[in-house]
Amino acid sequence: MSEILVKEKQVVVPGEELAKGMDYLPSYGTYRGNDTIRAAKLGLVSIDGKVIKIIPLSGKYMPKKNDTIIGKVIDITMNGWRIDTNSPYSAMLSMKDATMDFIPKGADLTRYFDIGDYVVTKIIQVTTQKLIDLTMKGPGLRKLGAGRILQVNTTKVPRIIGKGGSMVSMIKQATGCRIIVGQNGIVWIQGEDPAKETLAAETIKRIEKESHIQGLTDIIKNDLEKITGIKIEYKEQQAEEMHHTEHSQQGEQNDLQ
Amino acid sequence: MHEEQKHYVESILAKGARIDGRKPLDFRKISIEYDVSANAEGSARVKVGDTEVLVGVKIALDKPYPDTPDEGGLMVNAELLPMSSPEFESGPPNIDSIELARIVDRGIRESKAIDTKKLCIKSGEKIWSVSIDVMSINNDGNLLDAAALGALAALKDAKFPEFDGEKVDYKHKSNKTLPLQKEPISITVYKIGKTFIVDPSTDEEKVYDSRLTIASIADGTICALQKGGDVPLTAEDIDAMVGIALDKAKEIRKLFK
Amino acid sequence: MTYNKRLDGRKFDETRPMEAKAGIIKRADGSAYFRMGKTVAYAAVYGPRDLFPRFLQNPRSGILRVNYNMMPFSGSGERIRPGGNRRSKEISLVTEKSLSSVVDLSDFPNAVVDVFIELPQTDAGTRCAGICAASIALADAGIPMKDLVAAVSVGQVDGTVLADLNYDEEAYDAPVADVPVAVIPSTEEISLLQMDGEITRDQLKEALELAKKVCKNINKIQREALKKKYEE
Repeated sequence: MSEILVKEKQVVVPGEELAKGMDYLPSYGTYRGNDTIRAAKLGLVSIDGKVIKIIPLSGKYMPKKNDTIIGKVIDITMNGWRIDTNSPYSAMLSMKDATMDFIPKGADLTRYFDIGDYVVTKIIQVTTQKLIDLTMKGPGLRKLGAGRILQVNTTKVPRIIGKGGSMVSMIKQATGCRIIVGQNGIVWIQGEDPAKETLAAETIKRIEKESHIQGLTDIIKNDLEKITGIKIEYKEQQAEEMHHTEHSQQGEQNDLQ
Repeated sequence: MHEEQKHYVESILAKGARIDGRKPLDFRKISIEYDVSANAEGSARVKVGDTEVLVGVKIALDKPYPDTPDEGGLMVNAELLPMSSPEFESGPPNIDSIELARIVDRGIRESKAIDTKKLCIKSGEKIWSVSIDVMSINNDGNLLDAAALGALAALKDAKFPEFDGEKVDYKHKSNKTLPLQKEPISITVYKIGKTFIVDPSTDEEKVYDSRLTIASIADGTICALQKGGDVPLTAEDIDAMVGIALDKAKEIRKLFK
Repeated sequence: MTYNKRLDGRKFDETRPMEAKAGIIKRADGSAYFRMGKTVAYAAVYGPRDLFPRFLQNPRSGILRVNYNMMPFSGSGERIRPGGNRRSKEISLVTEKSLSSVVDLSDFPNAVVDVFIELPQTDAGTRCAGICAASIALADAGIPMKDLVAAVSVGQVDGTVLADLNYDEEAYDAPVADVPVAVIPSTEEISLLQMDGEITRDQLKEALELAKKVCKNINKIQREALKKKYEE
């Protein structure tokens, strides 16, 4: 006799019983022990028909193919750059994948990216041993200029970006800041003055903390309007326009010096 | 190593702002709790923002040093526990924790905060030895000041164990407090670019040029100094930093019971 | 059997008051506080993260590394000299073994999950409090695990089988056994078992059953602590 023991979006902890019987299927973050499905991670229950999975509430970023992340250059090698991905594993950006321009052999690689630079980059490969290859060839992928770097929990990134980019768009409208949210939980904020950047950063931190609250989007919208006096428009963008990066406006490729 | 970040922090400081919205000479919220470890003769927990330290005082019988037969013992030990920061490693105290311990020690010893002569039981034979152990619980910047505040609070909380002249009974505390005659307050002033700040957060601590720790007592007399950081200071800088430290010490002194 | 009434008046199967909190060390990836009577343990988890020295790396799986330490002022007598000693190294080892069977680090080759356990105040049962805190901290850090691990010191004092011995009971002037036990609540398997003292085979059986029962209770408290953090 199968029965489900928890509700959708319930917070569960490792070992907690989710369902009994063989009718239900254990998916991500769950496992079956005897005939009981239990949680294997701290997170929210997600039930889709007969499939039960966990949406994690915490945990480090694990690099995935096709993710767009913000990385930091930590080393320069013979063939490219070593990039910190905010995960247990660093990544390689080879010369051939770094830019649309041709980089001659023996060139001084620091002229392109130097140690400490932050870059928007895309993961093209992750092996089982977690060797990671990156590319900077693509729309929106570039070196980032001076700005504030923030670290958020990677599990909260979807909430911070919002459906169709709606949440981050509200923050951009209210503060006038340029904001890029990497899948790996690194956020870059650049604004006209520190106070606006602080407001953007604090709002993002708040979303991270209160991500489970219903109607958070409206609450944030109202609070931002109250603080800044700017009327905010809620808008979702289509999938093709959403790179999880900022859109190229007036030739942001110019940032790449 | 963090050129871009440093440049960023310097540029917003030049506008009188800090990443978390504080003013350059604002401390985060300080909280002091006494008697937090039941087996210690004295203990305190100090929080400065999210930075937290736990300090314990143990009082033991000992023999005096031959060249100071009438003086009791005083020792300060500090552990930058690996649990308090991703950057601290396990193992014997590294130079940062040694420096921290010695700075705190200097403030207490040189101010003659404890009249060590009053720790003498029998000249040349028996003395009390006071050990102060500072444990970092969470490091979000400015452990130096948090540690010194914690040490002072723990000393104020301390009571001698019951002593019948021969044996110490650690299970019972007497009513006798330590012979505290001065209360040194330690403030570290940081110079980043051209701006002086106090109470740096984690990010600010990574990019400072130089710092000066100033311990002072209630009447404004300076009782310990320590300069840190790679960049030299001018005499005018030092005087300005001393002025800031004395002002801040006056404010913070009010927090003690 | 002359130990009929416990020194602090508890029932034989009653633990000391317990308290648990998750996420109390902000810079850690996961953390917890666990108190059993007057024994207090902090646990902080960092990881998975890069592992040095390199020779410890395992290309098939991440490794768990536990560091247990008592603060110098935590004990009921003299100051404890800082720096590990043989006892703390052994406790670090058995703690790691008690947890490694429930965590799944296969997704983190060459990486390490560091668990730091620090005790600011002790009154016996320290390794058990440490394990209880460490389990919460690992879950808080999002580490994949089959279950939380609960632990308690059971044993016997002068013939009476008891749960959660305190310092005075451990030091009681009669035959005593101090048996720290860690239990995986969902399967009732035992992942840590040690003993100091003397105990009969039957008493041991009884003590282990008692441990299982008590650990189920402790597990409830651990779960509550985690949910409380995320349900605010």
